[in-house]
Amino acid sequence: MTATLTPPDLLAQAAYDALAVVLDPELDEPITDLGFVRSLVVDGTEVVAHLRLPTSFCSPSFAYLMASDAKDVLVALPWAERVVVELDDHHDSDQINAGLAADAGYKGTFLHEAEHDLEELRATFRRKAHTAAMERCLTRLLRAQPDRPVEDLGSVRLRDLPADEPATQALLRRRAALGLPEHDGAPVLVDHEGTVPPPEQVPMALRRARSTRISIDGNAHFCRGLLRTRYPGSESGQTHRADGAEAADAAYDPTFVPLSSLTRPAGRSTARVPEEIQP
Amino acid sequence: MYTKDGESYFIVDAHIALWDARPENQRNIHGKQFIDCFYDYHRNLSPESEVWSYEDYLYQGGERLMEDIFTDGYVDHAIFQPAYLSEFYKTGFGQSEEAHALTQANPGKLTYNHNFDPRNGEQGLEQLHADAERFGLKGVKLYTAEWHGQSRGWKLDDPWAYRYFEACRELGITNIHVHKGPTIRPLDRDAFDVADIDHVASDFTDLNFIVEHVGLPRLEDFCWIATQEPNVYGGLAVAMPFIHTRPKYFAQIMGELMYWIGEDRILFSSDYAIWTPRWLIEKFVDFQIPQELAEYAPLTTDQKKKVLGLNAAKLYDIDVPAELRLPDADETATGPRQPESADLGVDRGADLASV
Repeated sequence: MTATLTPPDLLAQAAYDALAVVLDPELDEPITDLGFVRSLVVDGTEVVAHLRLPTSFCSPSFAYLMASDAKDVLVALPWAERVVVELDDHHDSDQINAGLAADAGYKGTFLHEAEHDLEELRATFRRKAHTAAMERCLTRLLRAQPDRPVEDLGSVRLRDLPADEPATQALLRRRAALGLPEHDGAPVLVDHEGTVPPPEQVPMALRRARSTRISIDGNAHFCRGLLRTRYPGSESGQTHRADGAEAADAAYDPTFVPLSSLTRPAGRSTARVPEEIQP
Repeated sequence: MYTKDGESYFIVDAHIALWDARPENQRNIHGKQFIDCFYDYHRNLSPESEVWSYEDYLYQGGERLMEDIFTDGYVDHAIFQPAYLSEFYKTGFGQSEEAHALTQANPGKLTYNHNFDPRNGEQGLEQLHADAERFGLKGVKLYTAEWHGQSRGWKLDDPWAYRYFEACRELGITNIHVHKGPTIRPLDRDAFDVADIDHVASDFTDLNFIVEHVGLPRLEDFCWIATQEPNVYGGLAVAMPFIHTRPKYFAQIMGELMYWIGEDRILFSSDYAIWTPRWLIEKFVDFQIPQELAEYAPLTTDQKKKVLGLNAAKLYDIDVPAELRLPDADETATGPRQPESADLGVDRGADLASV
């Protein structure tokens, strides 16, 4: 971050904090946690923000969503009179930045390539974020209650989840985003419309949800890693992501103690033997 | 061939390239952006000892390719999967002439797959017939995010694409390698959407669709489609190197693939020259699903042998020494391969901390 962020520049801090509501829809995380805000400068009533992404070829639809959402929240600051948001080093930077400067909107920015809007895209990824949060809670429950059969997961209610756990809180936020009920008698294993699968389909529903969770966690860490490779020093703008963290994350995050170091190392079923030596 | 602990592995590298990304071949800034993106993948996921200089990375040439893949890399057979990218590179990214010449000069070692673009219409169809004859094509590599004039992407279920698949059928091109996205058309939808693979695999059941990068970054969508279509395969290009920096994630990818599509439909690839095969093969043979991932069964030696070469050898009729062959698993053609093992956590004594 630039020096303008440090107190006493409270306006710059306020502008940066405002950007925390802008999510990367695919990774389900604020751009301020991912290190995607390259710089933010406030000069009087003018705000200039530069965003950066892990590669030049990140999907332009997501890139546009994040950049235009960033502009929206900065424009909404009551004291901001002039707002410039620019996306750096992307294959569509010129097109996106011109569209943002002209407030051309999605269709005005992408012309023949845009059909309607990006709301369905947002909805798709809100559903995936919920699916992943749900799977995290249910798999934790399975591990904590080894006698509970997988098929029984359809009967789990919100009240059965530990209320003070971050995973439960995260699930409740994702449910709210989809308009799913939040009362403690509501079933946990549901699709985006709140439907519980029949018992015989519960194991497969859990496995599908698991593949979604793995995918999001994997992408989130890979994207963070690529950003650090592309922009040395950008780790200072990234917060630790516990979901999907691995031993290698300790290399750039000294506060991080991998869970695997507290449990057993890999390599359980076959003994490690030294490399065969040919006579 | 790779031998370790008395076990021999027949190796097929199902996705390699001979590219030229040097500045003199770059058509515009996107040519630089594209190879820089690859180089960041390479730097981010490789062990330190395997990282190349940027200059080495721009272009390797045939001699170095043969050394990296065959002399040092244990590979028995490798398959070129060239990306064209003519809007970014003057002579294209994958070097067809050079790769084909190398294939001719090394009989039995290399297979040259070519590419097509259905937006080239009738003319492209004629070209496909000519290419099939000239190169003796058994497979093609399709990149749906290819830019082409005003269009920045296409879908496998576009009407013109169907004309090309019908031609593939006639010409005996049975292996369709698909690299998804980021496809810009239609921009409203997910750029990595794999739904078109579902349609085309159902309509061309006599063709094999090998989805490169196992659909990453949409592993979940890929698994769901692939489990329903017996002619959809998963290529491990780009997924393999996670074995080094993110072994838990790699174990999860393998665990999901074994559950949804099974041991007979997963193909090893180094994605050379993004990575080199030697270290990937060594690590994969040593690899095991960590105990903390209680939801997955351990990988067996036979499963590793299939992934490393036997599965691809079958698709390309590559001759495998009789003593190294393995029978197909006695598994369902569609649906989860291990439905009884939807969650193995209880049996395997997992601990909560690992989730």
